[in-house]
Amino acid sequence: MSRIAAKFDSLKQAQRKALVPFVTAGDPDPSITVKLMHTLVEAGASMLELGVPFSDPMADGPVIQRASERALEHNVSMTDVFGMVKAFRETNTDTPIILMGYLNPVEVMGYVEFAAAAAAAGVDGAIIVDMPPQEAGDLVKAMQANQIDPIFLMSPTSTDERIKLITSAASGFVYYVSLKGVTGAATLDVKAVEHKLEQIRKHTDLPIGVGFGISDADKALQMSKISDAVIVGSALVKQIEANSEDHEAILTAARELIGGMRQAMDV
Amino acid sequence: MQINDTQLTGLPDEKGHFGPYGGVFVAETLMQPLEDLAQAYQDCLNDETFLAELDADLANYVGRPSPVYYAERLSRELGGARIYLKREDLNHTGAHKINNTVGQALVAKRMGKTRIIAETGAGQHGVATATVAARLGLECVVYMGEVDVARQEANVYRMKLLGAEVKAVSSGSKTLKDALNEAMRDWVTNVDDTFYIIGTVAGPHPYPAMVRDFQTVIGREARKQMQEMTGGLPDTLIACVGGGSNAIGLFYPFINDKDVRIIGVEAAGDGLSTGHHAAPLCDGRPGVLHGNRTYLMESDDGQIVETHSISAGLDYPGVGPEHAWLKDTGRAEYVAIDDEEALDAFYRLTRTEGIIPALESSHAIAQAIKIAPDLPKDHSILINLSGRGDKDMHTVAQRDGIEI
Repeated sequence: MSRIAAKFDSLKQAQRKALVPFVTAGDPDPSITVKLMHTLVEAGASMLELGVPFSDPMADGPVIQRASERALEHNVSMTDVFGMVKAFRETNTDTPIILMGYLNPVEVMGYVEFAAAAAAAGVDGAIIVDMPPQEAGDLVKAMQANQIDPIFLMSPTSTDERIKLITSAASGFVYYVSLKGVTGAATLDVKAVEHKLEQIRKHTDLPIGVGFGISDADKALQMSKISDAVIVGSALVKQIEANSEDHEAILTAARELIGGMRQAMDV
Repeated sequence: MQINDTQLTGLPDEKGHFGPYGGVFVAETLMQPLEDLAQAYQDCLNDETFLAELDADLANYVGRPSPVYYAERLSRELGGARIYLKREDLNHTGAHKINNTVGQALVAKRMGKTRIIAETGAGQHGVATATVAARLGLECVVYMGEVDVARQEANVYRMKLLGAEVKAVSSGSKTLKDALNEAMRDWVTNVDDTFYIIGTVAGPHPYPAMVRDFQTVIGREARKQMQEMTGGLPDTLIACVGGGSNAIGLFYPFINDKDVRIIGVEAAGDGLSTGHHAAPLCDGRPGVLHGNRTYLMESDDGQIVETHSISAGLDYPGVGPEHAWLKDTGRAEYVAIDDEEALDAFYRLTRTEGIIPALESSHAIAQAIKIAPDLPKDHSILINLSGRGDKDMHTVAQRDGIEI
């Protein structure tokens, strides 16, 4: 069983929901990332989403765009990201790590090379934002051969037909994009999300994570009631940006935000 | 109009592929809207009313057909091939861009969209979009990189006059690619009521096919005009390639005429060897950006690198996927012309023919100036003069040390 499936199983037994923070690898500089990952786990993260910086993050709002820019000032590459995962795995072999990024850095590396190197580093899943299932045949094959879960996005515009197509290619979990927009938007509609998740559940038994627009403990709680995993990106990255000159302050802010969400979800 | 009569190569396939290039590489939220657009566009092509409306707009609003002009004095000076210019610079708004925006605006209207967005580099596509939006009474937002806003002030003002909101984009390299990112972000947020008019033959399917179809009016007219003027087809076609819409518009109707040599001209900027250029076909490699697989300017890590060209309209790190396929199949050749060569061509055409070309089109002229002297006198070169140079007065004057 994959680390992701095992984690969802154990959470289910404990009647808890997964909390999945997102940080961009190398933001604000590469030396903090592994420490930050451990801190997030201590604060209550069930899994970690690690952003691979890209020069043209089309699906991201300004907060995560700037995180990518900060990381790229340090020339953080896919290979560097694998190095961070490997370092994290030295003391943590239990927390699933999911890479989130755009296709071009994967294309340049080659699908098979990417999947093999990711697996060797200790990566468990990958979300390639601009790679829809109908183009993803070869990439999915390479990932499956290396026990990496291909995780796909679903959105408010996904029809029944598309939901079927996506669930036929996906494993690990399904990532539901809660709104029409980019990351960090502020227009979350809980009722609409709940309605759409019911539609998705008709087609799959995979766990469903919800992301985009979850900015505080209250929203995390609301989403955890209707989904299996709550994904928090921009709200956390904003804290990193606000404290970018001071590593200790970043770790403290991350601990407070994620700890607060965990506490709200566990009550 | 019969768009289908030129689709002899049958591309793209139903998923938008030109060989290994093209396709649909976008976040899930845009997948269904793109499928809806592809369907709506197909419906338009099968609708006589739509095609008649498009024909009427091209004739009465754009001012088509645009003439083909024999550049006699330039040809004589060069002493070789005869040079002909397809005068897209004479279209309403001053470039070929309007052929496409008129078409896409009609599609938008049929789909019941009330808001139009666009990206622009030199501002020509932005102006052409603001123009059709004004005419149809639609809200219009144009995204433009901060760097381009500064070097194309006149076009920014034109767009504002036309009632469009121009949003300066300050992320990344602050040029065309970043404007495209920002337009995509807008579209994903406002997808229900918004139609995104992409200005070139790039982006996710169906854009490369749709924009090509609307631009092939250039090549269809030119084919007929050359036959009438010279009794045959041109021997060589030359067009500049940024994203590649004016080039594919000229080339496409000649693709099955194997004797016609096809040359696309990219921007070599400071020179291909310097790395400061915008020539992905000449000096890039395949990758995925802005919804399609194509040749890109990228680092070894797959990051898109900043490009450079004196012409804002060519300053783009990608290129339409059909050009990538024409390159790989060898049907078209792609070369590059640097800033200085383009400027020389700009002055030369201005002074020999009394035609001030856009800096983009000047790249195509420069290539003709390069090869014409060595070609026989019965060889004909047809250049797509894709736009006029009024918008570039500021840039050129600045190079001359003059403030205007």
